[in-house]
Amino acid sequence: MIWNETKECMSRDELINLQSARLKKTVSHVYHNVEFYRKKMQQLGLEPGDIKGIEDLHKLPFTTKDDLRENYPFGLFAVPQSQIVRVHASSGTTGKATVVGYTRRDIEIWQECVTRVLAMAGIGINDKIQVAYGYGLFTGGLGLHYGAENLGATVIPMSTGNTKRLITMMEDFEVTAIACTPSYLLHIAECLEEEGKLDKIKLKAAICGAEPWTENMRKEIENKLNLKAYDIYGLSEILGPGVAADCEYHKGLHIYEDHFLPEIINPQTLEPCKEGEIGELVITTLTKEALPLLRYRTKDLTNITYKPCECGRTIARIGRFKGRSDDMLIIRGVNVFPSQVEAALLELGETSPHYLLIVDRVNNLDVLEIQVEVEEHFFSDEIKELENLTKKIAGVLQSALGLSVKVTLVEPKTIARSEGKAKRVIDKRKLYE
Amino acid sequence: MLIKQLSVFIENKVGRLEDVTKVLKDHNINIASFSLADTAEYGMLRMIVSDPEEGRRVLREEGFSASLADVIAVKIAQKPGTLHEVLKILFDAGLSVEYMYTLSTTGKDTSIIMKASDLNLALEVLRANGYEVCSDKEAYEINNINNK
Repeated sequence: MIWNETKECMSRDELINLQSARLKKTVSHVYHNVEFYRKKMQQLGLEPGDIKGIEDLHKLPFTTKDDLRENYPFGLFAVPQSQIVRVHASSGTTGKATVVGYTRRDIEIWQECVTRVLAMAGIGINDKIQVAYGYGLFTGGLGLHYGAENLGATVIPMSTGNTKRLITMMEDFEVTAIACTPSYLLHIAECLEEEGKLDKIKLKAAICGAEPWTENMRKEIENKLNLKAYDIYGLSEILGPGVAADCEYHKGLHIYEDHFLPEIINPQTLEPCKEGEIGELVITTLTKEALPLLRYRTKDLTNITYKPCECGRTIARIGRFKGRSDDMLIIRGVNVFPSQVEAALLELGETSPHYLLIVDRVNNLDVLEIQVEVEEHFFSDEIKELENLTKKIAGVLQSALGLSVKVTLVEPKTIARSEGKAKRVIDKRKLYE
Repeated sequence: MLIKQLSVFIENKVGRLEDVTKVLKDHNINIASFSLADTAEYGMLRMIVSDPEEGRRVLREEGFSASLADVIAVKIAQKPGTLHEVLKILFDAGLSVEYMYTLSTTGKDTSIIMKASDLNLALEVLRANGYEVCSDKEAYEINNINNK
């Protein structure tokens, strides 16, 4: 069903009027309450009054993840701490987290967006939904949780890490919906298959996100579990999950344009792309109070269409993601930058600067392997010393990335040296095909 | 005295061990004895060779992680209980053995390569108990001499 028909099915003219009014308000809010934006706008000779509507969006400065990091932790917040009711955080490129904050109103809008997603997937008050995203600083667990409660569904807050218990409850409670990463859902499907329980479960819908996945993965999930799988997109800087999601037609993800103003730009020239052309998704928040962001560069590559969808919604749709305009990897829902690995290894000081990240999917779970060359200065003829070193490297990387890592020692000079930019990553998962 | 063992890190890849032996053969370096320890991902080849310094040099040239480690070669009589006696002497001195393997079994004595947690202390207690150790030259050539 369409949860908020007024907003999801607005005419383009009405929507532009709403977006323009909200943009003006947001620009004024950040100009008066966030020093970072005031300075940036002053440098560009801009005053809030210069922004008369969304047609002036291109005049505004961009915001990047680096800006969030440089203003760690609360520098970009636009309200006093007394109005912040929650913070979330995700790992940053150099170990410093990216911190985001929410007012009570922000949380309400977030849950409204997630509720729209769940309703779009056909979930309602008669459904029992297992939320199997991580609960905590990660936005996945609590984001889906609040949205599902707001919808009125029965929420089972599983979090991650105990597949056996999840399966037991799925069967015993006759769970009808699940929210988790697509790779985890495939893993759950395999466990169900092994236990011969595939025909005992009552799942009808799955809300999958937090990592890129392919159309083939959707088909595999749908066939194995006999359900409908939906794609949900989001990023904590903008909101968390619930920025966009797809409907039963799976022809792109509907982006909630009444709250998020999308643009597609060429990541090199920063010029806008034509409708349908692939570029970087840039989002301006229109209603956020605690952390309003102007033209936030998501680094996600996609395209956009403004054509109304067969489902009846008129809001724009973004296409399946084609990759990233930076080198960020998403592994088990965790953002990983190769530079984080490099920084952690350098800090350890015991390995060579030559390393290779190999990301693969084994039994539908992402595995991160890091190959490190055994160089003369830490070579030992005692295997226990080499094993201690491996454990030490794995430990350092695990705490830096928040992800378990398999460390493999390799012979010196076996990692290819390339001229110019070194090839540091082999991603065997083929998620953008 | 201490002798030099040549240790090489080898990835578990087809033909890699053979690459090592080929390098040594091409440089006319004799392997007196060796031990190969394996883990899931890599192996550690430890060798007593005719010329350890040269062995390390040529292996490094060929891109291997090779290094020299100090070990001792203790001579023990070929009769029941002698190995146990040696280990007991080391244990009583508070030493642990990291690894050991046979250097030679020809002749009247067997010689055993050992890496103990403190090699100098190991030498001291073994000598105090009347055990002989091989000199470096003796160890590197031990099986050549025996073959003559």
